[in-house]
Amino acid sequence: MVAAFAQLLACQLAGEVVTRWLNLPIPGPVLGLVILAATLLVRVRYRDDRLELPVERTATAILANLGLLFVPAGVGVVQQLGLLSSNAVGIALTLVCSTLVTLLATVGTFLAVKKVMA
Amino acid sequence: MTTEPFALWVYLSSQPLLWLVVTLFSWLAADRIAVLAGRNPIVNPVLIAILLVSIVLTVSRTPYGVYFEGAQFVHFLLGAATVSIAVPLVRNRSVVRANLVPLVAALVVGSVVAIVSVIVLGHLFGLPHDILIAMAPKSVTAPVAMGITQALGGEPSLTAVLVILTGVLGAVIVTPLMNAFRIRDYAARGFAVGLSSHGIGTARAFVVDPLAGTFAGIAMGLNAILTSILTPIIVHWLL
Repeated sequence: MVAAFAQLLACQLAGEVVTRWLNLPIPGPVLGLVILAATLLVRVRYRDDRLELPVERTATAILANLGLLFVPAGVGVVQQLGLLSSNAVGIALTLVCSTLVTLLATVGTFLAVKKVMA
Repeated sequence: MTTEPFALWVYLSSQPLLWLVVTLFSWLAADRIAVLAGRNPIVNPVLIAILLVSIVLTVSRTPYGVYFEGAQFVHFLLGAATVSIAVPLVRNRSVVRANLVPLVAALVVGSVVAIVSVIVLGHLFGLPHDILIAMAPKSVTAPVAMGITQALGGEPSLTAVLVILTGVLGAVIVTPLMNAFRIRDYAARGFAVGLSSHGIGTARAFVVDPLAGTFAGIAMGLNAILTSILTPIIVHWLL
């Protein structure tokens, strides 16, 4: 588990260093994801694909509890809800409608392009 | 004697340990409630845990800064969690490769629709200019969205609130919405919720289906990049 954490954090660190150094408009952890994926792809290519990856158990455990990680920031948001009070109804309607439209546009495009290609 | 429990409370409430434990148990309780509700999308564990902690803080009159001293250890893992998405990504690489073109098309359309729709709808509902700017990057993960708003001269803390609300909203409505349209492609469903509702949507997707979670994670990462580029252009064009 320590080795897995070390690998995850090292990839994040590498991502942070490279994005800052090259001034890329990418969040550091996202580049860290790409770096880890690249190293894992090399690994599964030269070894048995069915073997458990060294980071697999830890990564799966973190992702299974992903929601937990948003709690601290979310609590901060509850304390800031007053910022919305003067326009609460307009904001609520806008967010609901925009989220619905975005979900449908994204899933619709995905499925339409997939159908055209098939 | 009566001062002793109080002295203990004063000591504990100033220590990170107490608030870390409160965060973990609130999450366990919220997740338990969600399981008991049969993972019904309305019973969102992130929202319940946030409310539970908020109640404890309000009742104990604890300032957010003191709470965050403990909660930061959980918050810190967000970066490691983003990196972790590499594992299901590599495991599902053949499905990702097979869906590469639809994925890119959905990314571009979804990203533009997310930004344009919130500005146009917000304008229709009579929201002021500063709120429209803070709302524009609402579909991407909080640190990135706050950076975008700051660069546009908006209010980042307002953006943080709108981002979290969008995350919870998407996580709650995605399952009934996709079921209503009889969409059973979990790659497409996951991609849509990750794009529109970043990490909180992705957390929901991982609960529903690992493939949906993987595509949500990909959408979240790619949309963070694309929205950083598109938001300034669209905001200057529309506002």
